[in-house]
Amino acid sequence: MPPYNPPSMTSIVRCSLLVLALASAMAGRCEAVAPSAGMQIIPAGAYVPLQRSTRDPEQVAVESFQLDTVPVTNADFLAFVTANPKWRRSAASRLFADASYLGHWTGDLEPGPRAPLDAPVVRVSWFAARAYARWAGKRLPTTAEWELAAAAGYTTATGKNEPDFNRDLYAWLARPVPEVLPAVTTARTTLHGVRGLHGLVWEWVDDFNTAMVTGESRADGGLDRDLFCGAGAAGAKETSDYAAFMRSALRSSLKANNTTTSLGFRCAADVPVTLATSLSP
Amino acid sequence: MKTNHVLPTALLSLLLAAPVLASEGPTEAKGPVVLPPEVQGMPVEQAILTAPPHVPPPIKRRHAARVVVNLEVREVVMRIADGADYTFWTYGGTVPGSFIRIREGDVVEFTLNNHPSSKLPHNIDLHAVTGPGGGAASTFTAPGHGSKFTFKALNPGLYVYHCATAPVPMHIGNGMYGLILVEPKDGLPPVDKEFYVMQGEFYTQGGYGATGLQTFDMAKSIDEHPTYVLFNGSVGALVGDKALDTKVGDHVRLYFGVGGPNLTSSFHVIGEIFDRVWTEGGMKYAQENVQTTMVPSGGATIVEFKVDVPGTYVLVDHSLSRAFNKGALGMLKASGPEDRVIYSGKEIDAVYFGSAADEGSASAKREAELKAKIEAEIKANPAIASLTKEVQLERGKQVYMQSCFACHLPDGKGMANVFPPLAGSDFLKADRDRAIRIVLKGLTGPVTVNGVTYNSAMPPQPLTDEQVADVMTYVTNSWGNEASATTVDDVRRVKNETH
Repeated sequence: MPPYNPPSMTSIVRCSLLVLALASAMAGRCEAVAPSAGMQIIPAGAYVPLQRSTRDPEQVAVESFQLDTVPVTNADFLAFVTANPKWRRSAASRLFADASYLGHWTGDLEPGPRAPLDAPVVRVSWFAARAYARWAGKRLPTTAEWELAAAAGYTTATGKNEPDFNRDLYAWLARPVPEVLPAVTTARTTLHGVRGLHGLVWEWVDDFNTAMVTGESRADGGLDRDLFCGAGAAGAKETSDYAAFMRSALRSSLKANNTTTSLGFRCAADVPVTLATSLSP
Repeated sequence: MKTNHVLPTALLSLLLAAPVLASEGPTEAKGPVVLPPEVQGMPVEQAILTAPPHVPPPIKRRHAARVVVNLEVREVVMRIADGADYTFWTYGGTVPGSFIRIREGDVVEFTLNNHPSSKLPHNIDLHAVTGPGGGAASTFTAPGHGSKFTFKALNPGLYVYHCATAPVPMHIGNGMYGLILVEPKDGLPPVDKEFYVMQGEFYTQGGYGATGLQTFDMAKSIDEHPTYVLFNGSVGALVGDKALDTKVGDHVRLYFGVGGPNLTSSFHVIGEIFDRVWTEGGMKYAQENVQTTMVPSGGATIVEFKVDVPGTYVLVDHSLSRAFNKGALGMLKASGPEDRVIYSGKEIDAVYFGSAADEGSASAKREAELKAKIEAEIKANPAIASLTKEVQLERGKQVYMQSCFACHLPDGKGMANVFPPLAGSDFLKADRDRAIRIVLKGLTGPVTVNGVTYNSAMPPQPLTDEQVADVMTYVTNSWGNEASATTVDDVRRVKNETH
């Protein structure tokens, strides 16, 4: 993925004109902003956290943001390590990437047959993912942002109410990790134009360490008097969302320098700032 | 940046220091335990882990040791039924997982490794462990990593181990359970054969026997409606040429556990009786001579029996819909010489006519002979004869209280001027046959009892010959009356009178 280019003057002017036209109806938002290359706009929404303390609100408001259309591929990551020698496999410090880092690659600069160029990159740590995102002029999505985008189904904003969305999700959860991952383009596109949030690999988020599943999950109720399984997400009624619980468990098991064969990432970015939004009250 | 990044930034600074310092967090490593000298001095041995249905050999040493256990978690696709595969999550590549055998007092250095190909984190809760989560809090392991902890086996017994990562019923429903035996200090009595069997349910989106790669069904697991209930993780795992193999004369011990996640098992071996059951896997008291033993979910039992005759003994969960419709069925085959006194097999296959045997036929004649024999036996034996009268009194009372008391009243005194008494009745006492006749045929017209004349109508009583005999015995032996019992023969004799 090429580095992120800030919007040009022309596009800013175009955008402000559009906003002025729509100003009476929509205050402070630029609906017509085009996403950056290879990214999609995820509209603002609310995220219901899986686990929260009684002090926290039941819903978290998430502002609109941009998300990569597909996860970062081996080709993208190759460009990154070529430009940043200290992130090559033989050079990376164990503090920032454990001994399995890029283990399936043939060499420092050779993904090789087990890492096709168009497949998602895996065996990368949180530190490596963050470094990549920074190099690309972007950042990692937060848990709230990622889960908001992932809630969307193929045709509606709530995938867990769509039978074929659930069927595909459970089928992926039931399959073991393949020896060689498929190309990112094999994943189906969901409502916001994003591919493969489900069905390819697990993905790093910026605040992965706030997931609160402990090793002794049956005593989670007693961990902190205030913490308890979040509203609806893992209760008996919402059986279709145990996938969210599994993601939470996976995130809880990780340390920042960990890598696994089924964990990759994609980048996010704020929606570009426009003249109109900076003028809004 | 518009979103609040204060918290993540603070966490980031913590995390940067994490690998260097011991960071806050539920699964942080505390560093190796400092063993006291008496533990350091113990010999170190590697635990022998076996795949089901095999069991590691009995522990011969008579002292504690430091035992090293390395158990690997692997997510692997295997056959669950003919034409049907399932992605099992396993300890050691099998369902149930490897059998671990240690001794009371051992200090176990336990390493749980999660294979890099795993999608999910896993941990282990061993019911033999005393401590938080049974080890679960200390073994939460991401794919491609390993966790180590040490525990001391304080209690002997047969214990279940299983994964305790959320959602727990799903991890167990995918096959993450096994058994760990902590032998008591003096060991267990020696036997000829030991086997390892574990029951568990599987909840799949497809129905029983649906082909292809099956997926876990969370709704079915919450409703506790399994598709499969299996011994050792697949349909037919202990059937046919995979049956457990024994010989006549073997003392067999089964280590049987239930991983669950939900159902209790009614464990039974068809054709055998458990000579000894260590109920619930405890080590102190053994029950004897048990047909079916209850094994709780997350529990175990040890059963022993001696194989006396050859044949195929079928292991089942006696909740039989599970055995016949969901796969909870295994086999133990015993070869060797027959003992037809203990079990003869079918001796005779003959025609049976039921009780409506043809008159004059051989079976009717045999029936009549046997009946005559029984009656003669009863008459000849005064003890039986007197018992018969007592039985008749009981039954006769019941008949009286249904039919007769309405007129003659419960105390037998009748109703003045309307119904004659039976208690102390001279009329009754004088002629028993006449009384029988009245019960059978009724009586209308005047009758004098104890000097009082009654003129009423007694209807014939719809009673069997036995009932007439019984109620006659009762009235002639109650309320001060005394007489010998009235027999069915007496009743029949009166019935057959021709006048």
